[in-house]
Amino acid sequence: MRPVIATSAASIPEPNWAQRLWKEIKANKAAYFFLAPYAILFFLFTVLPVLIAIGLSFTHYNMLQPPKWIGYQNYLRLFLSDDVFLIAVKNTFVFAIITGPLSYFACFVFAWLINDLQPRIRAVLTLMLYAPSISGSMFMIWTVMFSGDAYGYINGTLLKFGIIDEPIQFLTDPQWMMPVVIIVVLWMSLGTSFLAFIAGLQGVDSELYEAAAVDGVRNRWQELVFITLPQMKGYLMFGAIMSITNSFAAAAQIIPLVGFPSTDYAGHTIVTHLIDYGNVRFEMGYASAIAVILFVAMVGTQRLVQRLLNSLDS
Amino acid sequence: MIRRLIWTHKPTRSLGGNLLVLLFILAGACFSVLPLIYAVSNAFKPLDELFIWPPRFFVRNPTLDNFIDLLVLMAGSWIPFSRYVLNTVLISVLGTAGHVILASMAAYALSKHKFPGANLFFSMVILSLMFARQVTAIPNYLIMSRLGWVDTYLAIILPAWAMSLGLFLMKQFMDAMIHDSLLESARIEGASEWVLFWRVVMPNVRPGWLTLIILAFQSLWNETGGQFIYSEQLKTLPYALNQILAAGIARAGVGAAVGVVLMIVPITVFVVNQSRVIETMGAAGIK
Repeated sequence: MRPVIATSAASIPEPNWAQRLWKEIKANKAAYFFLAPYAILFFLFTVLPVLIAIGLSFTHYNMLQPPKWIGYQNYLRLFLSDDVFLIAVKNTFVFAIITGPLSYFACFVFAWLINDLQPRIRAVLTLMLYAPSISGSMFMIWTVMFSGDAYGYINGTLLKFGIIDEPIQFLTDPQWMMPVVIIVVLWMSLGTSFLAFIAGLQGVDSELYEAAAVDGVRNRWQELVFITLPQMKGYLMFGAIMSITNSFAAAAQIIPLVGFPSTDYAGHTIVTHLIDYGNVRFEMGYASAIAVILFVAMVGTQRLVQRLLNSLDS
Repeated sequence: MIRRLIWTHKPTRSLGGNLLVLLFILAGACFSVLPLIYAVSNAFKPLDELFIWPPRFFVRNPTLDNFIDLLVLMAGSWIPFSRYVLNTVLISVLGTAGHVILASMAAYALSKHKFPGANLFFSMVILSLMFARQVTAIPNYLIMSRLGWVDTYLAIILPAWAMSLGLFLMKQFMDAMIHDSLLESARIEGASEWVLFWRVVMPNVRPGWLTLIILAFQSLWNETGGQFIYSEQLKTLPYALNQILAAGIARAGVGAAVGVVLMIVPITVFVVNQSRVIETMGAAGIK
């Protein structure tokens, strides 16, 4: 569809905004046709459930009786009388502040660095780096490596060389839980964004690099700053959002590693708290309120990161 | 000469820097792969080696016992095991294909057309990524049961078609890789939007949808269907294999074998697609 030309709208005598909107919609008929199949399914299976969940966050709902409206009681309870929630918030932020930026940088740095290599070598290294995130439940191998008894690979090795006298309870000692979880999650972090960056770098016009070299760009760092990063802006935003959602919503790896609930709630995050109330205690209203808080936290962080990325740009 | 074998030619690179970078990448690759090698080698360990002290990294006397045990367990299952495999293949292929096509079409509309509601819709897609799935599970179930789709694959495949990830990803690719001038010249030659989408847009964002196929396939391949699928003959492969693992430590060896078996297909899809992503560079000329 051709873009609407301003003069065609002006030729009609003073159309009101509704008519103008309708005209613009009609002019973009094709775009709506392209969007419609996806949009219908998206509204039905994503937007509608989210709206219902937000509604439920203002109710008491045990999934047996119909939801009962209780206003903002759930939110009050979350912040005023739920000590475990505050622990979960703290853990989530610690976890997110470490794994979010680190995984983001790792995804970009590795994608950028292997881009210099010949295709065949690059393919092999991409497979090696990406393998952990494609390995499904294989990350459970870390429970064997970090196992608390002498059969655990790490404890076994440390014992053998006499570095420690008794096995360290990596997965149940509150002191060790978070570091172990962070290591495992970082191990799996070269995933979606990593592949997106690799594919995005393929699309940067190689003539740009050649022209830059002629124009006096001397080393890889200058090239990164002047050519690669500006060309990759859209992908960088994509990667940032994926890192935020992954690091704030981590639970899929945490629960199998340190158990649920974990000792002293040392591995408890907002999402495990949410699972506790939603799937164990069947307090769906309360669980929904937790989800809304998490959502607000993520959106806030995303805004912050976006502003940061934009300021880097200028 | 050797230099040419490893690196592509770039005038702005020093040999020393290149070597340092290569070392760094290799270190990362080792950290990634070693635990997996340990896991895979566990799958070939006889029982006495699995529980040995001090633990061994590599297998000494490799055996296929764990895989044979797995086959025996599969053969004894209530529903023929091939049915689970077929179910998972069906979900993964249909789900991935539909998602790639619908998400690309929508991304094309959002990326290359300015129309009322476009920005609003796109921010809704991004925001939806940030809402915890665990609480939308119940509303989703209510919607599915209202539609009468519970215990059918519609409940799994259709939502997969409209996952947020694909639209977000494809839009970024189209923003970066398709120039408006390219579309304009095709329009002047009289191409319809439909032809434009399939003949001009999609071929030019090949790295994008090849990547999306990897990601979508992988997530659908691991789908257990737990929430919506109740009939045993409709259950998926990961579900059935998890059942086998539920027996606990007695099946530690079989468990390792299960991990290997489940990983084979996504790895194959990855290798095939990723090598083609990298090839596009050679054929570059993205114009």
